[in-house]
Amino acid sequence: MHLTEVVNNGFLFLAPWLVFAPLVGLLINSIFGHKFSERGVGAVASLASGAAFVVSILLAYSVSINHGEVLRWKLAEWMHIGNLSLDWTFRVDSLSATMMLVVSGVGTLIHIYAIGYMHEDVRFKHEENRFRRFFIFLNLFIASMMILVSGDSYMMLFVGWEGVGLCSFLLIGFWFEMDTLARPSWANSDAAKKAFITNRVGDFGFLIAGFLMFWHLGSFQFDAVFENATHAEPWVIVLITLFMLIGVAGKSAQIPLYIWLPDAMAGPTPVSALIHAATMVTAGVYLVTRSAPLYSLVPQAQYIVAMTGAATALFAATIAVGQYDIKKVLAYSTISQLGFMVAAVGMGAYVAGMFHLITHAFFKALLFLSAGSVILGLERGHHHAEHARHAEEPKGKHKKAEHHDEHHEVFDPGDMRNMGGLRKTMPVTFWLYMIGTLALAGIFPFAGFWSKDEILLDASLHFTSIYWQLTIAAFFTAFYMGRQIWMVFFGEARHEAAAHAEESPKVMTLPLVALAVLSVAGGALNLPFEGYHNLGHWLGYTLGEVEGLPLNLQVAGISTALALSAIFISWLIYGRKPLKIGQPDPLKKPLGFIFTGMENKWFVDEGYFALIISPFKKLSQFLADVIDWKFWHDFVHDTIIFGTYNWVSSIALNDYADQKGIDAFANGLGTWTQNFSTAMRKIQNGFVRSYALSVLFGVVFILGYLLLK
Amino acid sequence: MLEYVAIALMIVVSTFVALSAIGMGELLGPKKKSKAKDVPYESGMLPYGEGTRRIPVRFYLIAVLFILFDIEVIFFLPWAVVFRQLRIFGLIEMAVFIGILLVGYAYAWKKGALEWE
Amino acid sequence: MPQPLDFATLQPVIVLSVWTCVLLLLDVFLIKRKSITAVLTAFGLALTLGLTFMQVGASNDGFSGMVVQDGFSTFINALQLVGGLLGVAVAHAYIKRTGSERGEYYTLLLFSVIGMMLMAQSNDLIMVFIALELLSIPLYVLAAFTRNTESEEAGIKYFLLGAFSTGFVVYGIALVYGATASTNLHEIVAFASSSSPSLLLTIGAALILVGFAFKVAVVPFHMWTPDVYQGAPTAVTAFMSSGAKVAGFAALLRVFSVAFPNISMDMAPVLAAISALTMIVGNIVAVSQTNIKRMLAYSSIAHAGYILMAFVPYGDAQVSADAIASGLFYLVAYMLTNFGAWAVVIALETKSGSGLELSDYSGLAKKYPAIAAAMTIFMLSLIGFPPTLGMVGKFYLFRAALQGGYTTLALIGVITSLVSAFYYLRVIVNMYMREGDPTPARDLWLDLTWSITAIATVVVSLAPQFLFVLASTAVMLK
Repeated sequence: MHLTEVVNNGFLFLAPWLVFAPLVGLLINSIFGHKFSERGVGAVASLASGAAFVVSILLAYSVSINHGEVLRWKLAEWMHIGNLSLDWTFRVDSLSATMMLVVSGVGTLIHIYAIGYMHEDVRFKHEENRFRRFFIFLNLFIASMMILVSGDSYMMLFVGWEGVGLCSFLLIGFWFEMDTLARPSWANSDAAKKAFITNRVGDFGFLIAGFLMFWHLGSFQFDAVFENATHAEPWVIVLITLFMLIGVAGKSAQIPLYIWLPDAMAGPTPVSALIHAATMVTAGVYLVTRSAPLYSLVPQAQYIVAMTGAATALFAATIAVGQYDIKKVLAYSTISQLGFMVAAVGMGAYVAGMFHLITHAFFKALLFLSAGSVILGLERGHHHAEHARHAEEPKGKHKKAEHHDEHHEVFDPGDMRNMGGLRKTMPVTFWLYMIGTLALAGIFPFAGFWSKDEILLDASLHFTSIYWQLTIAAFFTAFYMGRQIWMVFFGEARHEAAAHAEESPKVMTLPLVALAVLSVAGGALNLPFEGYHNLGHWLGYTLGEVEGLPLNLQVAGISTALALSAIFISWLIYGRKPLKIGQPDPLKKPLGFIFTGMENKWFVDEGYFALIISPFKKLSQFLADVIDWKFWHDFVHDTIIFGTYNWVSSIALNDYADQKGIDAFANGLGTWTQNFSTAMRKIQNGFVRSYALSVLFGVVFILGYLLLK
Repeated sequence: MLEYVAIALMIVVSTFVALSAIGMGELLGPKKKSKAKDVPYESGMLPYGEGTRRIPVRFYLIAVLFILFDIEVIFFLPWAVVFRQLRIFGLIEMAVFIGILLVGYAYAWKKGALEWE
Repeated sequence: MPQPLDFATLQPVIVLSVWTCVLLLLDVFLIKRKSITAVLTAFGLALTLGLTFMQVGASNDGFSGMVVQDGFSTFINALQLVGGLLGVAVAHAYIKRTGSERGEYYTLLLFSVIGMMLMAQSNDLIMVFIALELLSIPLYVLAAFTRNTESEEAGIKYFLLGAFSTGFVVYGIALVYGATASTNLHEIVAFASSSSPSLLLTIGAALILVGFAFKVAVVPFHMWTPDVYQGAPTAVTAFMSSGAKVAGFAALLRVFSVAFPNISMDMAPVLAAISALTMIVGNIVAVSQTNIKRMLAYSSIAHAGYILMAFVPYGDAQVSADAIASGLFYLVAYMLTNFGAWAVVIALETKSGSGLELSDYSGLAKKYPAIAAAMTIFMLSLIGFPPTLGMVGKFYLFRAALQGGYTTLALIGVITSLVSAFYYLRVIVNMYMREGDPTPARDLWLDLTWSITAIATVVVSLAPQFLFVLASTAVMLK
């Protein structure tokens, strides 16, 4: 390596440490972690993630000093088969550097938060030795995500894609032997499987796209693919991009494959924040953005992508209105916001999509982590309340107090109907949550306002229907966030746990503060004023320079007005008259079956069950019961093989033969030999002609052997 | 090579014409079977009796003996050609040969193989 | 011009030929009691055997290289003459009993023996062919000797298929001549080793091999054997099952190790495959036989497979020599055991041709313990069970195959021997464990045959070394 190269490429040589830093962290934790304290394990993992963040910053710097030139760092050859040559090459450009920064930056904050969160979580679940495992998975996720965003080919991207899928599976099922309420159940495992299997469907689409790409475009390397795509038949590109969309729908939770994401909330809250809100689920958006040269070739596919995103945004937003679980609301909100991003990149507004991706990572991570803080606060409150009650009880029952956790009534700390009035008990969390909410609702001047506005602006210029879908979705967004705020933080405590709730420790709130700052100021990345299109300019290195749009007061005004009115309506419904204990949702009565649909996620899961899972299970049942058991086991195995065996042994090995050793030998060997012998006798039919034929066969055999030898 | 193409073509065409002429008759012609038609053609004579008739074994015996002695007599011919070179050895060899032949002849005679009845 | 030495090389054959011609005439013109012919035949064979023994140690070409006389030919000739003597011994009473006693039986047998002796002495493909025909044609006639349907069918079948296979030999000889411009074995090898490998020569050699393979009855050229062995008079079967086999193997060895050493190396896999196939098919098909003649026919096929094991060219000179010595040893063992077993079969066969089923041997041990004991020895020897010659012979054979690197072949040999125990033991089980009332014919010559062969089978096996040494010295071909 020449010095000039180092100078020219800046810190490119550090690129492998994007992946290796978290890997080193997880190796240290898995080998020596049992000797560390919890803080030690957390520190190692956070430092590993932080190191990746530092590397990301240095790489972004390297890109900027090279004026956006694509930097490549070939680490190793992966495989060379025929014309196909795949290398593990790091691709550092403004797009991948942005993703690296978001992933490792938000990731590091969440690592730190998780130290505090998991400390309590493992104690509530009486599995303290799982603390280390959590951070190992978290580091593995960072490494996989880095592979995903830094790969220079679709295959490397796919490796990371599958890697993060695996981490997602492992972390959703982190508490695999219980449900979200810590009752013994396989519900969490089922959620993990649901996520994994649904993602497999998407991966299938991605793979098909990959095969098509290899077959028709002859490469997996990004630039080569884009170059060849310009000469390829349009239908090939349409197929590739649409199959890719299936992958996107799987990973980024779009219609029709979004169903796994709400269930993925079974994982610990930092996981929900990191993987299922801020980073992994945006992989699909990244994929489309990365494939921008492909999508630009086929407007039809772009339109389908945009429509998928817009429909998802609206659809998920309506469901979020009917949810009671604090994390489920956020989950549907995530789906909805991912819809915004997908719609944006589908419309070709890549900068807007990426912008929203970044700001969303900030405020959605903030919201999830704050929700986690709320949940833990309620857990603590519940714990205290139990203790207090037991302390008051007579001594005779005191013995059982040791086991009180097993006996308490089922309490859901995530159910918003159990909350209320938390602004008094958890003030820090309340304010953080408020910031996140305002950002998400798109209130000026929070980050969400700028990014969402840019998407809406793009939509209003090109696709009116998408614009209206997204605008309505934005209205719903503000509404369900308002509903959440009123239900959780205002009014009176509807459960003693809420009344006793406690604020979270600093290790949890400090990262939240950092995220809150970003949620407030994140919009500065790309302001819609001449000369402030920083992100647009920066991403322009990779995606091609786009003229930054100026602020459109009409679009901004409509969306802000809608958001404010939505919050006001939610105050009318939920804030003015706070929910009482056991009172049904006030929307239930006026909306009727519509609200029932929202509450039950429009019965999509049930539909999938009836249309796909149930027939599939019936087929499996048929295969298992009829084909495998009745036919294969009962008939082939039992009747034919076993029966024949019995039959043969009853002849060859009967008692009589058993008693006479020599006969047993003679018959055992003899039955087979005699059968063969009888068959051979048939050839010996006594005709000279067939004997002569046999001689002839012998001659042909020998001559054939000698000639062909 | 090219001049043979015409010949090859002619072979193909003539084969085709011949085969199709026969084949057409076979395919298109009416087929009416009758007993008289199925009788093997025997130059106008009606066949009778078995297809294979037994011939007295004596014929075979005579034939075998004839072939035996005939072929061995043929052996005299090359012998006569080189007789002068072989000299006395040739004479003795032929004597031995004829002696062996005579043993067989005597045996056959004594066994009555030469008698017809 | 032939020299006296030429005649010396063929002295036993010439003497026996003259004796046979004389006997033929004597029998037709003078002798009324055919026992006298039998005695005179035996005398001629014994005289020739004596002359053969006088040849021991000598080694010469004769008649311009048409024939050769060496240790190998002496060994084989002696064996064939002993076989001829045993053949006369088992036949004498048998043909009288079955009402087919004619003097020609003995002269035909003598002619066949002459052919067999010439097979071992031929040094020229033409001579090989003449010897093959001389040994075969009398056997065709002998097979049809009893003049009942089965016998005639056997004779015709043997003749037709024999002619078919002889055709291959002649064609092979023609091809070899075409390739090398010679029929003399030494000249063929001289030509073949001085020029590049010739496909014509290879094909010719393969066709000649087919002819020999037919004679020794190995799979897939064995089909005639069960039918012919069963149909032919039992005494003839006894004679040809050993004599023709020995002659075939002798010629095989002579031709293939002298004339086609390179080709036979090429054909090693073919020979090994044929050997394995023969052992497997022969032994397994024998299992389902209920007729003792047919069973022994398959047994003889199987043993051809074992013996062929010795003739697979193993590459290494010493191993090959040992292997062929083992083969010769096994031929001796096989001839003795086989004749003994057939002698017992002949003894039990009644005039009407019954007594040939396995069930007819039931109760033999109780009534005639000596015959049963002898038969037991023969069966054990055919299995390869100690203390019999068969066991020693098989041991040598398997050892040779193992040393030659053909482990699979040896393994097949062992396994098929195990299978063979099934049908051989059945005879013993019938004789000793079942009730029955057999009435074997008693005849001095026959009794002598089975008793002497039984004793020899056991006694020689106790000190087999001298026989093996004899075979080893005989292997050194001229």
